[in-house]
Amino acid sequence: MSGLFANIDWAEIGRATLETLAMLGGSLVLTILIGLPLGVVLFLTGPGQVWASRIGNGVVALIVNLLRSVPFIILLIVMIPITVLLVGTSLGVVGAIPPLVVGAAPFFARLVETALREVDRNTVEAVQAMGATTRDLVLRALLPEAVPGIVAGATVTAVALVSFTAMAGVVGAGGLGDLAIRFGYQRFQTDVMLVTVALLLVLVQGIQMLGDALVRRFTRR
Amino acid sequence: MIRLEGVHKIFGDGHAALAGVDLSVARGEVFGIIGRSGAGKSTLVRLLNGLERPTSGRVEVDGIDVAALGGADLRTLRRRIGMIFQNFGLLSSRTVAENVALPLKIGGEAASVTSARVGDLLARVGLQDQGAKYPAQLSGGQKQRVGIARALATGPDILLCDEATSALDPETTHSVLALIAELNRELGLTIVLITHEMEVVRQVCDRVAVLHAGRVVESGTVADVFLRPQAAETRAMIAVAGEDAPAIDFDGRVVRLMLRGDAVWQPVLTRIARETGTDFAILDGRIGRLKDDSFGQLTLGLSGGDVAAAVAALGRAGEVSA
Repeated sequence: MSGLFANIDWAEIGRATLETLAMLGGSLVLTILIGLPLGVVLFLTGPGQVWASRIGNGVVALIVNLLRSVPFIILLIVMIPITVLLVGTSLGVVGAIPPLVVGAAPFFARLVETALREVDRNTVEAVQAMGATTRDLVLRALLPEAVPGIVAGATVTAVALVSFTAMAGVVGAGGLGDLAIRFGYQRFQTDVMLVTVALLLVLVQGIQMLGDALVRRFTRR
Repeated sequence: MIRLEGVHKIFGDGHAALAGVDLSVARGEVFGIIGRSGAGKSTLVRLLNGLERPTSGRVEVDGIDVAALGGADLRTLRRRIGMIFQNFGLLSSRTVAENVALPLKIGGEAASVTSARVGDLLARVGLQDQGAKYPAQLSGGQKQRVGIARALATGPDILLCDEATSALDPETTHSVLALIAELNRELGLTIVLITHEMEVVRQVCDRVAVLHAGRVVESGTVADVFLRPQAAETRAMIAVAGEDAPAIDFDGRVVRLMLRGDAVWQPVLTRIARETGTDFAILDGRIGRLKDDSFGQLTLGLSGGDVAAAVAALGRAGEVSA
């Protein structure tokens, strides 16, 4: 076949797509599980909040900023020994997930913090004035009120993770980005490049549309 | 019921929001705290339920030192103190009924008790049919009524109102204040209300304290503070009748008359005019109501007849000043 897509091995494309989805799904779930509580801590230790602590907030913020300031490509490499320690390998989909989570969770935590800050001050005070514990305040008021903002943050994070997964190809993680680099770029197979980029575009577009729909669904303002 | 002694509050940035406040509120009273924005009102009211802590001084509610409370004790006290807010503070993600039920849920009340109580509370504030709506679907006045129902959920004996009517139009303000006065009468709630509007104080308060730059510059019954303001800040806030008027150019004697209670509705001027043959010109004045009282303040020009006898007769009907 010497048509337009001569170099394309559709089975290979399918496998790479599944790898990307697996990396994205696994890392997104873990990013939310780690980033959400981290964002809540960042918010609660902030000035004027229930756990207000300059030192506590400073330490958490420093760690978050440190991780956010390391370029992802460097993080991938620096993380290799830790990844091996955590999941037994630094290769493949499983090996890619720890660096993806470490790269994305601090980013998501900041977005969660911002979403919580948007919750009306009077609403927080009203719930405190009812005699709520901090746990009640977080679970019954802050998080439910911030759901639209948190979902929007998760959407942005998921899109960022898609581009991170493409980079993870560098350390042998597989996926569409890996395919694009190895075949599309290094072997000058422009058709492979085009197809992978198109698939990534569809993925990002899909995530954004889903996220926007969920934000609308949860907004009661 | 509530007592503040030598209360100072200095924020982290060095700004002194309260600079030595003493005041006390009796059980069952509606106590107003009036001041311009930045006077320290919001900080003051938040000391009463421990949302803020004083830098020094004592804050007592029912003999309990609020500042010394923490954890479970503070939560217990807060359940005896309802609070409503300028921006209502409702959870936008929950329905009206869920908002009102929240304090009960937090208090660990059974679901059956909660739903019956929520129905009663919504009926109390006139929103019995609105339980399934979300706050965004309500008007401002309705939102504040939900706020009031929620504040009453735990059966408190104190209600704190933080600029509760400032976001409402005058008509809605009037009806929300009427509801607050009704709760005071029928439930015996002690109410502390902060506002920057004299009209609010006039309509519902028994006593008032005027807060300026973190200090109480004047306090007393609403009638005293409203009709005989002493401090310059109070006078500015009330815009005392006649005070800003240009000098009155009247050929004759000019006096100010203040009437209180039933005298306001008596034909005082015409009676004295007939008896003394003096003519009255009304140069300035206002007639109005305080919470349960009526007042009239008039600037009169007197001419002809027996002016001295007329002034003496005015002095018997009300209070005369030159």
